[in-house]
Amino acid sequence: MSSLAVSDDHADTATPARVIQPAWVRVVHWVNAVAMILMIMSGWQIYNASPLFNFSFPRSITLGGWLGGALLWHFAAMWLLMVNGLVYLILGLVTGRFRRKLLPIIPRGVISDTKAALTFKLSHADLTRYNQVQKLLYAGIILVGIVIVLSGLSIWKPVQLHWLVSLFGGYDFARYVHFACMALIVAFLVIHVALAVLVPKSLRAMIIGR
Amino acid sequence: MGRLRKLLIPGVDKKLLVRDAVKTMPDLTRRRFITMGASLGSLTLLTGCDVVDSSSAEEMLKKVSKFNDAVQAWMFNPNALAPTFPESMITKPFPFNAYYDLDDAPDIDGKEWKLEVRGLVDNKKSWTLDELYQLPQVKQVTRHICVEGWSAIGSWTGTPLRDFLKLIGADTRAKYVWFQCADKDGYNSPLDMPSALHPQTQMTFKFADEILPRAYGYPMKIRVPTKLGFKNPKYVISMEVTNEYKGGYWEDQGYNSFSGS
Repeated sequence: MSSLAVSDDHADTATPARVIQPAWVRVVHWVNAVAMILMIMSGWQIYNASPLFNFSFPRSITLGGWLGGALLWHFAAMWLLMVNGLVYLILGLVTGRFRRKLLPIIPRGVISDTKAALTFKLSHADLTRYNQVQKLLYAGIILVGIVIVLSGLSIWKPVQLHWLVSLFGGYDFARYVHFACMALIVAFLVIHVALAVLVPKSLRAMIIGR
Repeated sequence: MGRLRKLLIPGVDKKLLVRDAVKTMPDLTRRRFITMGASLGSLTLLTGCDVVDSSSAEEMLKKVSKFNDAVQAWMFNPNALAPTFPESMITKPFPFNAYYDLDDAPDIDGKEWKLEVRGLVDNKKSWTLDELYQLPQVKQVTRHICVEGWSAIGSWTGTPLRDFLKLIGADTRAKYVWFQCADKDGYNSPLDMPSALHPQTQMTFKFADEILPRAYGYPMKIRVPTKLGFKNPKYVISMEVTNEYKGGYWEDQGYNSFSGS
């Protein structure tokens, strides 16, 4: 990663205006995509062992084959998710990317941009600047990501981290919080992928940076 | 699984994209993009079926699970107590849970039963149930958490395991206390010594103030409120203090061995 970052700096000085997504964002984004998919699919298999609601996930879309296998995947991919997530949060704060890209979020702007988006009038001419809906969704999904990790840790270690599990209203309630965060992430993923397909140059920017 | 790879880069033909992009790129970035593409490709492969099913993935997952054992042992605080609850919160009926039906649960004659003690202990005498009942007992109401995710609050009464280990002169520097049980197919499970010495770890003889019923492990269960349920063996017939990792019924099938809560 360090060599990538260095070569990216050189590229930046050569063509400063054209970089939409810097290398570190692209790397962290795709590592997160893999980690999230592993976590969600193994999580569904774990859910099936003791469903919270009146349904199970079809086995064909789960990972691990059985509870034991799914737990192995879940508790391996969690390191990828957590370490990558921490790198993202630290770099996002240190480089000022969060402040620059995600703030400010203005309720009136969110409403008017939502209307514009639903009537296909929202401009995507400048991909370096997020519209209000993007700002809200990207900031929101970061928060959901933090809550899903914390609720997951509290279910994993309800005795050692008992202060954390009480923050989530006890062990049983923390399971619902963890599930709700998964549902929000899956909903985000559906919209996120659909929009990337509708505006392919945004996807291109997340792959090659430009 | 094939569908998944498409999901990661939806709606875009990778080859066309690369060809277009390369045309507009200076040399340096072209080289960089090729490396990036390669690493991205290997990442998407990770979710492919061929790797999921192969033994190399399984070996990798086992290594991470061992690493997680070490992380959990490091996290384990011998003084952190599992939360206790008022008796009004006890789950009724408390679930029976095993890999067999209640009809197939061990039906043990308490008069014949003896607890065998082996390994790194000064006194290897076997204990009858009456002898064990003479030891001081404590009651605790704690949450039983199953590896499947559900939980239930129960009331268990018995002798702290650490008091018994002291009584029999166990070498508490040993790594494990290994339990063998009377379940069909021979249940067994290793318990790491720090967890065995935890103040709430208990040789349990009563559930809800009644002699432990057959469903919950008569005549003796090991209650470990700092572990998942499968690390709480029922129908125990022997304990061995040992430095050797002897595996366990579920542990050998892939459940994480430490499985602390």
